[in-house]
Amino acid sequence: MARPAAYSIWSLVRNALNQHEGWQRVWRQPEPKPVYDIVIIGGGGHGLATAYYLARKHGITNVAVIEKGWLGGGNTGRNTTVVRSNYLYDESSAIYEKSMQLWEGLSQELNYNTMFSQRGVLAIAHNRHGLEEQNRRGGAIRLNGIDSEWLSVAEVKAFCPIINTSPTLRYPICGAMLQRRGGNARHDAVAWGFARGADAAGVDVLQNTEVTAILREGGRAVGIETSRGTIRARRIGIVVAGHSGVLAGMAGFRLPIESYALQALVSEPIKPVLHTVIMSGAVHVYISQSDKGELVMGASRDSYNSYAQRGSFNIIEDQMAAVKELFPIVSRLRMMRMWAGIVDVCPDASPIIGKTPVENLYINCGWGTGGFKATPGSGWAFAHTLATGEPHPINAPFTLERFATGYLVDEHGAAGVAH
Amino acid sequence: MLLIACPHCGPREQTEFVCGGESHIERPPTPEALTDHDWGQYLFMRKNPKGWHYERWLHAQGCRRWFNVARHTVSHEVRATYPMGQPPPVIEG
Repeated sequence: MARPAAYSIWSLVRNALNQHEGWQRVWRQPEPKPVYDIVIIGGGGHGLATAYYLARKHGITNVAVIEKGWLGGGNTGRNTTVVRSNYLYDESSAIYEKSMQLWEGLSQELNYNTMFSQRGVLAIAHNRHGLEEQNRRGGAIRLNGIDSEWLSVAEVKAFCPIINTSPTLRYPICGAMLQRRGGNARHDAVAWGFARGADAAGVDVLQNTEVTAILREGGRAVGIETSRGTIRARRIGIVVAGHSGVLAGMAGFRLPIESYALQALVSEPIKPVLHTVIMSGAVHVYISQSDKGELVMGASRDSYNSYAQRGSFNIIEDQMAAVKELFPIVSRLRMMRMWAGIVDVCPDASPIIGKTPVENLYINCGWGTGGFKATPGSGWAFAHTLATGEPHPINAPFTLERFATGYLVDEHGAAGVAH
Repeated sequence: MLLIACPHCGPREQTEFVCGGESHIERPPTPEALTDHDWGQYLFMRKNPKGWHYERWLHAQGCRRWFNVARHTVSHEVRATYPMGQPPPVIEG
């Protein structure tokens, strides 16, 4: 079949002149084949990125991505689109910075506008302990060759004029850590861009296909049972975020993961007032302005396990209180929509990317409240793991075995969302 | 928002409570005899079910006592609350 033509200024002009009736379908709707080399369960950003890098970097194209619903309909389409790589430990720096470097060339690589905008991510400290933690983390980040600056209160005010730096605040601003290379990307576009790229390389993207069982023979995974029939595969990767425990249960092993609802909301669209991303771990809100003008806000996760994709109202109440104190300008703004995603939280706030106790079965999960930023790096590393059967050095520390050896990568401070 | 019936104080708003996660996890009686793998299983591995979940809650802004809750993780329905030390109720379906 014909591969889609590249998007360019010329295709835009040509289609504009033709009333936009000539745009092609972006990916195929193939029938499942009975056997693939590699099957990836989960058609979110991470799964699609894995398929893309398997095809483009490792030349493995006999691959299927199995998605229960529609592409990017889970956490990929439900996050607050923040991208950054300001983590504390060397292990995290390596994988999040790899991801950041992939982000920086992603629109060109995919020939798909991911609207990646390096508008800066500013993390606010509200007390002395917050400042000390930021100084420690900022130093660690710079030692790993990643950009990080510290801003005084006056510099914070100059960088973001609408922020309230009054010393009489209940939680006054004491300073902030800025990563200028951080920013936002269009979350749907990331899933669609990777899906289009993977599909063009020959990967079968199977939507509305639910996995009901993982087939095992003699302790090794050999295929999956789906709502559209049996599919056998040489290797299988699970990339299903909140439902990781359900899939692990099908394969007969356990995970140290608990699933929680993490919610976000947007305001009505307004003129540009916020050109950056502001995060506050202490009063707990993170906020940016979308290209449509909506203020996009996230907060803490719910405290109890949930698979319901809806959040509690008391979280919104706390979140609005925090936003209103930091940005008095928004006090009469109406909030338009709220939603939640089911996040897979690990005890150390770091992911698990690698082997499982079942041979030929691999897992990429535990990204918890901060998976979106890692989408390209996670896919890149998991593709290597699935292609070679062994983890790449950048995901080697993130094994399931670390919960037996004790080699945890404790990133609660950098995770942004309180656990 | 959940309405949780504290066994000691009666029904109260969720914001009075703190969720303490999965209940009925017993500390192994002989930790020194366990392998690292088995200790990790006890310490970190969780059921995290999509369905009925038996969990500990603390009535932090009430009687300050811990108790158990049987709650569904999709509907969030609270089916039962029962004191610590009691076995979980059997729930059909």
